[in-house]
Formats: sequence, structure tokens, C-alpha cells
Amino acid sequence: MALLVQRKPLSWLEKTYLPQILGGMRITLKHLFAPKVTLQYPEERPVLPENYRGVPTLVKDPNGREKCVSCQLCEFVCPPKAIRIWPGEIPENAETAHVEKAPDDFEIDMLRCIYCGLCQEVCPEEAIFLQDIFSVTGYSRDEFKFRKNKLYELGGTLPDKHYKWDKKKEAAFRGNEH
Amino acid sequence: MSDEKKEELVTVYVDDREVQVPPGTNMIEAAAKIGVEVPHYCYHPKLSVVGNCRMCMVEMGMPQKDRGTGQPVLDDEGHQKTMWLPKPAIACSTVAMPGLRIRTDSELARSCQKGVMEFLLVNHPLDCPICDQAGECRLQEFATDYGRGYSRFVEEKNVKPKRTVLGPRVILDDERCILCSRCIRFCQEVPEDDVLGFVDRGSYTTLTCYPGKRLENNYSLNTVDICPVGALTSTDFRFQMRVWFLKETHSICTESSVGANTLVGSREGTIHRITPRRNDEVNDTWMADSGRELYKQVEARNRLLRSTVDGAETGDPERAVEATADLLRGGKRIAFVGSGRCSVEEQFLFKKLAEQVGAQSTALVSRVAEGDGLLISADRNPNVRGALTTGLIDELPRHELTGLAAGIDKGEIDTVVAYNEDLTAAGITEEQLDKVTVIYLGTHANKTSDRAQVVLPTLTVFEKNGSFINQQFRLQKFLQAVPGPAGVPDDLRTLAGLLAGNGLSIPPGIDEVWEELSESVDAFKGLLFMKIPATGILLDVPPGLRRLPYAEGKTLHYESAGEGAVTV
Repeated sequence: MALLVQRKPLSWLEKTYLPQILGGMRITLKHLFAPKVTLQYPEERPVLPENYRGVPTLVKDPNGREKCVSCQLCEFVCPPKAIRIWPGEIPENAETAHVEKAPDDFEIDMLRCIYCGLCQEVCPEEAIFLQDIFSVTGYSRDEFKFRKNKLYELGGTLPDKHYKWDKKKEAAFRGNEH
Repeated sequence: MSDEKKEELVTVYVDDREVQVPPGTNMIEAAAKIGVEVPHYCYHPKLSVVGNCRMCMVEMGMPQKDRGTGQPVLDDEGHQKTMWLPKPAIACSTVAMPGLRIRTDSELARSCQKGVMEFLLVNHPLDCPICDQAGECRLQEFATDYGRGYSRFVEEKNVKPKRTVLGPRVILDDERCILCSRCIRFCQEVPEDDVLGFVDRGSYTTLTCYPGKRLENNYSLNTVDICPVGALTSTDFRFQMRVWFLKETHSICTESSVGANTLVGSREGTIHRITPRRNDEVNDTWMADSGRELYKQVEARNRLLRSTVDGAETGDPERAVEATADLLRGGKRIAFVGSGRCSVEEQFLFKKLAEQVGAQSTALVSRVAEGDGLLISADRNPNVRGALTTGLIDELPRHELTGLAAGIDKGEIDTVVAYNEDLTAAGITEEQLDKVTVIYLGTHANKTSDRAQVVLPTLTVFEKNGSFINQQFRLQKFLQAVPGPAGVPDDLRTLAGLLAGNGLSIPPGIDEVWEELSESVDAFKGLLFMKIPATGILLDVPPGLRRLPYAEGKTLHYESAGEGAVTV
């Protein structure tokens, strides 16, 4: 349905265009003296919100234990199939032998990753986190396949709320009254 | 079903639905018949009933009868009155009797299931992220189906050993064990190697081996299969791959002529494990440990991957096939040695090829060793009966190819085609091989392939479709689980290529080969590859074939060899 718009004739003042020009100048002058919003990237970096979803990384607990137990749930849930895990067994003489399982290798293809955060959500061990890294660069496709070492390097250590496996080890050490 | 048989059935009611079952059927099976699941852990259809997990508790009622007269008591509307028992009963050891009623979803049954689940989870470590059973764990499944959803247990959980080595192939995680005793009963009843048992009491009860003994019989991995939780784990598969990634393909074990039905679990072209598939006429739900390792041949170091002519790689496998077809042409005196490890279809095309080039002889090599009376028969060739049915051979194979050796020595044979058989292991010396042109079709390198003028690589049983005929003359099919190595054509394609080069054109597809088979072999009349059921089909073979002096003795579901192969 056609809509007919009645155009009002301009008044005398409007015909001078001065109010519009002055209004525009006012905005321009305001920004001239207001604090700057532009960042001199890459020298200056933005402050990211707490729940920002950057590059997925693997983290260690404050005792330096790698938290991933290679349950492969993130590999299963990953929509673009960016994650690949080669599961492995922790040797019996290792300090964390009671955890039994850890990844032999872990790979995330950052060209495939869509930063959806499902891996972080599904992880039962709180071992994978999308942290604040948002700019990933490289010269070849292979450089974007982050392996286990790189993922731990990026992830670092995060505080742990549970110390689930340490508690397990303590319980085993105490044993049960029998 | 005949009318006569119908009279033998008894009528029971599961959740007010009528089910007709043979007498002696327990109520778990009766409920399963109409698709009602009674949750259970310790009950296993192929083991004795002990009823110690208490998960299958249901409400049970009997038709009410007058105590004095024995007459049925009717309600106001003239229906049979049911006397519901005040306490629940376990469905696994409740045997069907006329008019028996159970309720699997009543308030009482639900509260029993919830209570049992809560008790089972009290000491369960809940380490599903590292547990191999996760994804096929009954405890996980029933916890979501019947459990409470959260834990009320605030005390400390029991600590038990996590890595007890029970035997060379089985590791026990004691914390996960729910004490269903399936593994103990299996060892007592199937391989009759009574090594497992419980020690200690209450929540300290621990599964253990009899002192000084180990769980090392050749059926030990079945305990891992039937373990409803992740307590018993396979050393080979432990921590290798999560089960939800595995694609399971129906296959047949090639270890012996029993032809145990299997599932091959593979992911992205790599096989991770082989587990038994239920077939009540062949292997029940079991298979031997040795058969589970056969997948390792797929990635063996000595696998043949390139076709060679006179020691030089041909690149395109078609060229090697053409060269072989040329070698077979022109009035040569050729001997064909087939294999009892080839499928029915391959043996059929091999026989066609032998006929087409006018072969002097066709033979098979026998592999007879001692059977174990259970699921490994004396004949270690899975498909000798296939060769007999297709007519590749007309008498039982021998260990040594003495006829062929004599033929080579006398100069009566100048070309030998060996298919999946190492001739040097079958009584032909290397000197004798040097006297003739050897054409080798096979999966792995051996002394015969080293001496062959032409080597045509073939696929293993995991990489192709086909069928075997087991000791009962049961035709069973196996399907392709993983793709073959790049550049290795399907066996049927190679054989069809050789046939085409010698003037007989047969399409290489398995369905087309089966059209040919059902026309030319009486036993296969009316059959097609896609029509073979998942659990196989017993063939109607000429009595002469059944009467041959076969090597097999008694095994599970198979009584005697020779005179009439009988299934039990």
C-alpha cells in the first residue's frame, strides 16, 4: 500500500540552514573535548569483559597438574570438529598416577574454531577455558593447529575451587577403617 | 507358530498388557518381549540367575483362588481378582506362570528402583570422565532413568584399589564394581575356569582372583563385555577411545570355523576393538580373546600395499592385473591354490578363473589344530565349507600340497596362483617355487610373496564385504568396517579383472556376484547378499557335503563332525 507523505514547507529560519549547521558544530565540538574512545591498537589493548570468549586454552591447577583427563567430551561436542585428542595413560610411578588418564596430545584447529564455548561448558574437569586472547596470527594453516604444549602455554594456571583429585588422593592415603 | 505350540505358552500380564511366553521364561524376558525394560545388573540371559543386585524389583500379583474350593475369585464385574503381594519381588527369578501379573512402573516398583540406585551410587567413585565404560554403562543409564539425580551421601566414600591386574588382558577397578557377580558366574559356567570370587564383607566386598591364580583363560575378555559398569577393563582397549566415537560394524570372527558373530568398533578408518555380537545359534554372547586381536593384522608391518610385477611396483593396480591376466593366458599348466580364509564370493570367482584358464588343479590348505570345545573349533579356516559349496574343491583340504609339489618336480606345473596362502608353509620348498611362475594374491608378505613374479595386494576381512559358511553350514555375512589402504583394490575387483582378461566378464560388485552365485550353486538358490540375515542362514546343502570327515569336534551349539552336522 502506497503511503503518501505530506512534506511540510520549510519555515523562514529553516531556510537559512543555520540551526542545523550550529547543531552539527555542537556535536563536533563536544567530541573534540570529550575523552577519546579510539584505541591505538595494537599498542593499546581493549579491556575485555569477564565472560569474553577468546581462544580456547588448556589450564593447569595451582599445583601444576594438567587438569585435562582426555575424556574427549569437548571433541564430541565441538560443532566444527576443531578439537582432536589422543588419549593416554599416566604411568603408574607418576605423582598424579591416581588420575590415571591424561591426553598424549591435544590439538585445536583455530581456523576451524568458532569460539562458541561449548567445550568449556561441557568440560567435567574445568580444564578448558576460552580466555582473553582474541588475535591469532600465523603464516600457514599448520601454525593455527595449536598442540598441547602451546595450549597449556596460552592457558596458564587458573585458581581451582574443588581440588577434586587431591581430595581423592588424600582419601586413598587415609584409607578406610576396616 | 503352530497351534500345538501355542498351547504350551502361558499368559502373563506386564503392566496390564498381555504377553504369551513359554513356561520357564523369567519376567525380565517376558517384559522385554513387549518392549518393557525391567532394569537389571546381575541378570544375564546366558548365565544362571542369582538375584543379588535387586535392581529388577517389581510388584507382583497372582490370580486369587478360593482356599477351600480352589475356584477363582471374581470381583463384582466378574473379572478375576488379583492378589498383589505386599512386598516387591525380583523379576529375574520370577518365572512366568498362568495369570501372573507384574507392575514395573507402580509407585512401589519406582521407589525400589530409586532406592537400589541410591545404594549402588553410595560408594561409586563417579569418575565417568576417565572411565572406559562411560557411554555404554548400565549404571550411567539407570542413574538417569531411575535415579534421584543428586546425592544425599555426605560421608566419605570407600577407597578401593584402582588398578588390580587380574590377568594378562583384564584390569580391575574395584571402586567401580557393583558386586553383580556376572564375571564370577561367567568364569564358572562358560570357560569353567573358576578363578574369580568375592572376599570381605559389606561395602568392603572386593572382587579378587583365587590366591595364586590369574584370570588368563582365553575367554577372560568376555567378563569385560558383561561387566555392567567399568570395573573390569580390557588392557588392550583401556583409555584408547571413548565408545561413543566407535562405529560398530557387523563382522564374523575368522579365527576358526565356528564363525563367531562380532562387532568391529572403528573410528575414522582405525579399528579400536572387536566385541562379540549375540547369536543364540552360534556363539551366544561370547567370543574368544584371541579372536579380538585379529584386527591388528590390518596395520601389520608386513602388509602388502603395492602391486608388483617382477619386483617392480606397477603404480596402477590395473596394470598388474593385466600383466597377471597375460601370464595366465596361452595354454600354461597352472595350479590354483585357494584359501579357506577367503569369502564365499572370492572362492567362487577364483573357481571361475581356474575353470576359465583351464587349471590343472585347485586346492586348499587345511589348518587343523586342537579345538577348545567352546568357540574355537579344530578347523582354523573360517570358510572351508564355502570352498566345498561353491565347488572350488571337492574333497577336504590337506595340510601339505603334496600333489602340487610332485607336479612341480615332474614339470607338469609351470605356474602357481596362490591366494592368501603361504605355499612354503604348506609343504612346497623354496626351490620348488623357484622352478615355477608364482602369482600371489594376498594381504601380507611372506616367503611365497617374496618369490612371486606378480603380487596383487588384497583386503583383510575388515575392509570388504563378503560371507563365510561356518561349521554348521550357516551362511554368515561380514561388512566393511574400515576402508582398505589406498591403492589396494577389492578382491572381487581384482578377480573380475583377471577373469575379464581371460574372456569372461563378470561385474565386480558383490550383489552381481551373488546373482551369479544364486543361479549356479543350488545351495544358494534364491539368496542374495542383502538377503542374508544378520545372524546368518542355515544352508540346505547336498547330504554328501555334510558327510565328509570334518575335523571339528564338539563346540558350543555344534555336536559332531562328519555324519550330519548337527546344531544343538
